[in-house]
Amino acid sequence: MVEFAGFSMPVQYGSIVEEHHAVRGAAGLFDVSHMGQLRLGGPGAVASAERLLSRPVAKMAVGRVRYALLCNEQGGVVDDVTVYRTGDEELLLCVNAANIEKDYRWCVRNASEDAGVRNRSDELGLLALQGPASAGILAQVAEDEVQDLRRYTFLQAPVAGRTATVSRTGYTGSDGFEIYLRSEDVVEVFDALLEAGRPLGLIPAGLGARDTLRLEAAMPLYGHELDDETLPLEAGLERFVNLDGGDFIGAEALRRARERGLTRRLVGFILEARGIARADYPVSHAGKTVGRVTSGAPSPTLGQSIGLAYVPTEISEVGSRFDVVIRGKATPARVVETPFVKASS
Amino acid sequence: MADYQLPAELRYSAEDEWARVDGNNVTLGISDYAQQQLGDIVFVELPEVGSQVRKGEAFGVVESVKAVSDLFAPVSGQVVSVNGDLADTPELVNEDCYGGGWMLVVEASSPDELAVLLDADAYRKHVDERSD
Repeated sequence: MVEFAGFSMPVQYGSIVEEHHAVRGAAGLFDVSHMGQLRLGGPGAVASAERLLSRPVAKMAVGRVRYALLCNEQGGVVDDVTVYRTGDEELLLCVNAANIEKDYRWCVRNASEDAGVRNRSDELGLLALQGPASAGILAQVAEDEVQDLRRYTFLQAPVAGRTATVSRTGYTGSDGFEIYLRSEDVVEVFDALLEAGRPLGLIPAGLGARDTLRLEAAMPLYGHELDDETLPLEAGLERFVNLDGGDFIGAEALRRARERGLTRRLVGFILEARGIARADYPVSHAGKTVGRVTSGAPSPTLGQSIGLAYVPTEISEVGSRFDVVIRGKATPARVVETPFVKASS
Repeated sequence: MADYQLPAELRYSAEDEWARVDGNNVTLGISDYAQQQLGDIVFVELPEVGSQVRKGEAFGVVESVKAVSDLFAPVSGQVVSVNGDLADTPELVNEDCYGGGWMLVVEASSPDELAVLLDADAYRKHVDERSD
């Protein structure tokens, strides 16, 4: 167990590699109740959300989910979130654990009074059931309709007899579900899912596998690829930022940055020699330090060392080469297409 | 905590290495306790044959999925051989830390250093005290 954003979290239940392979081949069950949930509800909710979020939400149908960014006035990322349209005048934001207080204060400050911003993080728990066998496992403890959920949609339906909101979303790159519950129901539902799923290969999975899985899917992690000073455009998140016509906080700054041209970009790379790239290792090119690794690990699926790094735009094309400096030694790396692993149907 | 094996004929260091002493040649690796703590080992970096190692100094690195850990030399001397299998199959250290997971052989330059290595009981006591 480790301390993570004020919570005690399991890094692994047994073996990170085993948990990773289970998600890719069958299913893994994550307790991610540390994540935060902010509710906006009232006449001003949608308009305030349009100001706060990098993508339009006014036309989202109830039952849809979308990934978006909260940006500051300079265009930097306050947090990356998923947005649920839960009602005509109601939205739920799922936010990173380390940013709960920061996001809540940001939303309160920048939303109208009648947006009704509430922090529901303590009341709600969250489980993630991820992997190709997820739908079959969930069907044993929930109604059939959850199996038919399309990606990025959700519905309210009991799971193991407990009130739940189930969405077809995840942070692994494999098919799967995220299940929002009342905090007091989390343990019971976790146990029920495990019991139903073990015969189908389900095992519990921790933060270690969560990280290697999202890295293979090239999904950013706040605090690594994203922070208050990083522009979503630099992080390759252009399609989640509505620059043309958007009037959200940070839109102006981002339009100006786009016009000036970006000096650095986030790339996915593989190492071409033995070694493992890790966060904060320097990136060097033509003998100079030009960037840094933001995340890196041995990919269990690929059997290669992969990573994400910010590098100058000039060496950000697929096929570009640079060095990652590992304990003083220049280790060759090559920019590749991302995601590294395409695991969902 | 899961139980761990400590063969009686080996000697151990406070930094969780084991040593098999054969005349002046000392074969080194990491203990069963250490490999369990590390979890899946994915990379091992060892010194070149012919290089010198010094007692108490880091001579290499063992990496698990999440972390990089230094390997500390329990004795000083010259590296006479290195386990090449660990380049492609670092998991040998998890599977067979005292056999196929051996790391390097050092020709010890200072026999006094061998005398202060811990026996299995002393090492187990050292581990138990740390875990409390």
